[in-house]
Amino acid sequence: MANQEINKKAVDIRKISKEEFKEIYFKTSTETAVLASDLNANSTDTVVTTDADNDASSGKKEKKVVTARKDMTMAQWTIKEMKRNKVGYFMIAPFMLVFSLFTLFPVLLSFALSFTSFNMLEFNADMFVGIGNYTRLFFEDDIFLQACKNTLVFAMVTGPISYILSFLVAWFINELAPKVRALVTLVFYAPSFGGNAYLVWQTLFHDDANGWVNGTLLDLGLINEPILWFHDENYAMTLCIVVALWMSLGTAFLSFIAGLQTMDKSLFEAAAVDGIKNRWQELWYITLPQMKPQLLFGAITAITGSFGFGAVVTALCGFPSVNYSCHTIMHCLDDYGSTRWEVGYASAIATILFLIMIGANMLVQKIISKVGQ
Amino acid sequence: MQKVQKMRIRNHQVVLNRSVGGDAGIFVFLAIMGFFMFLPMVYVIMQSLKPLDELFIFPPRFWVQKPTFGNFGSLFKLLSDSWVPFSRYIFNTVWITAAGVFGNLFFSSLAAYALSKIPFPGRVGIFKVIRSSLMFTATVTAIANFLTLSTIGLLDSHLAIIIPAWGSTLGLYLMKQFMDSSITDTVLESARLDGCSELKTFWVIAMPMVKPAWLTLIIYSFQGLWNAGASVYIYSEELKTLNYAIGQITSGGIARAGASAAGTVIMMIVPIAVFVISQSNIIETMGSSGMKD
Repeated sequence: MANQEINKKAVDIRKISKEEFKEIYFKTSTETAVLASDLNANSTDTVVTTDADNDASSGKKEKKVVTARKDMTMAQWTIKEMKRNKVGYFMIAPFMLVFSLFTLFPVLLSFALSFTSFNMLEFNADMFVGIGNYTRLFFEDDIFLQACKNTLVFAMVTGPISYILSFLVAWFINELAPKVRALVTLVFYAPSFGGNAYLVWQTLFHDDANGWVNGTLLDLGLINEPILWFHDENYAMTLCIVVALWMSLGTAFLSFIAGLQTMDKSLFEAAAVDGIKNRWQELWYITLPQMKPQLLFGAITAITGSFGFGAVVTALCGFPSVNYSCHTIMHCLDDYGSTRWEVGYASAIATILFLIMIGANMLVQKIISKVGQ
Repeated sequence: MQKVQKMRIRNHQVVLNRSVGGDAGIFVFLAIMGFFMFLPMVYVIMQSLKPLDELFIFPPRFWVQKPTFGNFGSLFKLLSDSWVPFSRYIFNTVWITAAGVFGNLFFSSLAAYALSKIPFPGRVGIFKVIRSSLMFTATVTAIANFLTLSTIGLLDSHLAIIIPAWGSTLGLYLMKQFMDSSITDTVLESARLDGCSELKTFWVIAMPMVKPAWLTLIIYSFQGLWNAGASVYIYSEELKTLNYAIGQITSGGIARAGASAAGTVIMMIVPIAVFVISQSNIIETMGSSGMKD
């Protein structure tokens, strides 16, 4: 009897919410303890899906639980699911093979090396130094601490601004006609796209009177001698931030544009009928919640971009920058990793940077989960 | 009584709740931003058109006085004088870029589809690992990659650049996010009921629904591979890339300032052309193939 009732309910399972379903399910079944924990384990599974998607997929999962044998243990159920969905493993196999070889293995190896004094030359038994590299970083390496400070300042300015700017511009241009939109996208995207076009800033802000800015200022009589710009402690960091912002409308910007185009447009009309008053309310209640997957993606690129902004600084300010005014963690990493070949120490730096980025990402995820409420 | 909603049609879509003041403000904001963004790019082009004497004129001028293509001429002359034929560098870069981009697009989409739409056990954990790995900087992984590549014998071949590109995590993350948000399970379910194999469902049903995400992935991937410079994994001169070759020429100091400016423009124009072409091909077809359930 009970089974029949569940099956009857299972037909229109998509139409009812998860809580309602659980109620019905728990009422009709007696052996639910195991399966209930099972259900919960599954519902926490879908971390980064939208609400609508979440309901749909968990609905499907729960339906499977209903049709599954009730006396299965967790392990049996997992094996059954694995067999049932084995095509999934085939589909991720090629990617996972390359990913494991060229990303996962190097990262794990690097974690391991961060506890050694490996320097590419010596292989010996007393290579293992425990947390020696980490204590050296925080208690002995003044340049690293300076770099940490610079990196945090740099990331805290460029990260949020570039992220918000990318979204706002993408959102503003979304209503333009397709051809115009493509053109405007190109204008905004070109700086980050154009290879080493950022070197133009060096030409514009060149040290001597040949630089356009210096030349113009001298010509107007505003300054008496050329300013060193990228090689002057007072200006270098600010200029690097300006260049970073100039280049900041990158991949996240494109993914925002694409995300805005794949949105369900009927929702906007429905929302207007329901009393959304202006574009900002529409943004907060309709657009942003639908954009959550892209927002999470953009957050990662903003974090990796703003914490890992090293090569451009090197190209503009030289290496090391004057008095370490623009020395970031990335520069420490390059210094030890590919100049001094102190790979163990460099791995420790990379691990610290990784942990900082993970922390930043968790913070951003928390903020994004508040969107639209 | 509720106020009647203001409705406007813009770009064949109903657009609601838009004030004229807001539109004007946005226009001004975009214009200022666009000016700031575009001005340095204009200067890049200006520099490439200036004859050498104008590049070092005082006071420096923003606009070119006597535009010339001489810089491009001298760049090509320098390139054709190089020891390895110039066309070889072009071929190398085109081959690396094409193979890398399409492999990346196919394999990451395939994996993203499975991670997003097939509920196999372990997919959440796998995805978390992939996402976290994005935040690990590549500098220190080069050594391990060198060891791996030399073990499987791919050192000093184009595959040393192409194959790692297939496992690009950012591409997978992008595709996964789009599959999560814009493909509903009901569409896939009906395709499966109609007897579609999972692979066919992926290719015929899911992929057309995330076309804008492709564009982003293609452009992003293209950008990285096209600008691939000197790689530590490739040491034969005839296997090196265009970016490397141009970099060699333009590092020649003041005498080559003109050729260097021309080189920057050349390296920039191709990605922009790709962007324009894919934009018109992919984004524009979106309207007709929109398959919301």
